[in-house]
Amino acid sequence: MIPMSWYLIFSAALFAIGLYGVMARRNAIAILMSVELLLNAVNINLVTFWRYRTPDRSVGLAWAVFVLAVAAAEAAVGLALIISVYRNRDSVIAEELDLLRN
Amino acid sequence: MSPDVTLEWGMALVPELLLLLLMMLVLFYNKLKKSASPRDVGLLTAWGAFAILLTAVALSFSATPASAEAMWGGMIRGDMATLVFRVIFLSALIITALLSIDEERLQRGEYYALLISATMGFSLMAASSDLIMLYVALETASISSYLLAGFYVDKELSVEAGMKYFVYGAFATGVMLYGMSLLYGITGYTNIYTIGGMVRANAGGISPELNGVFLISAVMIFVGFGFKISAVPLHFWTPDVYHGSPTPFTGFLSTASKAAGFAVIFRVFTSGAVGIPNDTSFWWAMLVAIAIISMIVGNFAAISQTNIKRMLAYSSIAQAGYLLIGVVTFTAEGAGASMFYLLMYAFTNIAAFGVIALVAKDAGADELTDFNGMSRRSPYLALILLFALLSLSGIPPTAGFLGKFFIFRAAVEQGLWWLALIGLLNAFVALYYYLSVLKYVYLYPTDKEDVPIPVSRSAWIGLWVSLIVIVYLGVFANSAYEWTQEAATAFFALSG
Repeated sequence: MIPMSWYLIFSAALFAIGLYGVMARRNAIAILMSVELLLNAVNINLVTFWRYRTPDRSVGLAWAVFVLAVAAAEAAVGLALIISVYRNRDSVIAEELDLLRN
Repeated sequence: MSPDVTLEWGMALVPELLLLLLMMLVLFYNKLKKSASPRDVGLLTAWGAFAILLTAVALSFSATPASAEAMWGGMIRGDMATLVFRVIFLSALIITALLSIDEERLQRGEYYALLISATMGFSLMAASSDLIMLYVALETASISSYLLAGFYVDKELSVEAGMKYFVYGAFATGVMLYGMSLLYGITGYTNIYTIGGMVRANAGGISPELNGVFLISAVMIFVGFGFKISAVPLHFWTPDVYHGSPTPFTGFLSTASKAAGFAVIFRVFTSGAVGIPNDTSFWWAMLVAIAIISMIVGNFAAISQTNIKRMLAYSSIAQAGYLLIGVVTFTAEGAGASMFYLLMYAFTNIAAFGVIALVAKDAGADELTDFNGMSRRSPYLALILLFALLSLSGIPPTAGFLGKFFIFRAAVEQGLWWLALIGLLNAFVALYYYLSVLKYVYLYPTDKEDVPIPVSRSAWIGLWVSLIVIVYLGVFANSAYEWTQEAATAFFALSG
């Protein structure tokens, strides 16, 4: 059996890529995709912990399903907001959203 | 986990279920009744929320002590603390709805449905005693809030606020969720109180090497919660989102969302799920540092603001700092003081933003100079703003004074007199910028003297009710304070 740490390292790496993406990408769509990476890293964690730590109780699996459902709702709302930004500004570049500042 | 769904379980969620029903009604109201006046949907929300508030309070009298037990398989705790937070959220919803009724662009079923679903999410956050439930409730509230912040889809500021809130919010929630998954990985459980019990008993084979992982998960979970309460260093979204959002919603966001954030901080951090709460743990020091930095950054950044919504945004960051003092005492007294503060803060800040909304609607902007000569234009509106700002700065006879007093007293009793002192000094700094608003309102001339600011009847009701509560809690605080004190003990009841 593959050791648990492999999955956890993979998940941590995915999480780090997501974090980097949220902070470094300029395009709002890419930022949204990076947020999805964060949530997928969490899901890998949850399913791994379920399989290795509590295979007799499905709590981790159930949680992963909740995360999937919420992530879908979040993506829908995020895309809606990106569209309304695009309609106003003809741009989805995060740095150009600079009307609100001190 | 018993599979029997009892009547008592159902009763524990009656306010949330009624909110769900109200949301459906509001959404389909305009479709069902074509002849409806555009104000109807707001009135329906306000009356419905008022009825739900009465139901929630009435149910709390009939509930047996057993209702404080974990319900729905450990997902929900219908204890006193849940009730106090429900009252805060529902009051915030009622007054926000009253203030929104006559905003033409907010006279839509979607706006009120989102407000109600956010309230439902906040309410469930306060009730949840399981990480899964907490996450889903938090996202219910957050996703509704993102949309509400960007609700003026043709207004660049609002759209930008919604976008920023979404990006930062989704990021903070993702980090929080990763921390929660680590906690589940270490312990194998998701119930906050089960994990807390394991940590306390050091059972379940938690080896000392895992202490570091606990710490990481505590910090990551605090990223999500700190975002909700807009504590430094997770405050960067606050001024932008408060500035750009529809103003009545800003009042709701600044109070209900913050209260919900504190509710989950109390649940998770006092339960011991991320380590036994005492003043030797690393994250205790972290919370103290965050409290101090939030107060200082919030207050000093607020001084230089020229836009009143941004100023109050920085003020709300500072308020999060005061409230965290109540958290770090880790006593029922400190938690009760913070809950009292949140209760009075809901009325105070919504009243302040309500007045701002009315002035901004008249002037077309919300800069400080738009408030010039307001006391001569609308003396009563100026009076309400005066009391709201006095309450925010903590001057008697308003509720804000007692709120700060109770928190600082709880800190001093725990030997944290230096923290209370820092809070007190910050309150003096805050006095400067709150009072400088009154300078615009009462002293500066305007070219529109004697032209009253139009205020609708429903907005008057909302504002006067807030004023009465602010003064009432400032003079007769005893019963409310004892109520929050009693409720706060629920956070420290570790059974179930």
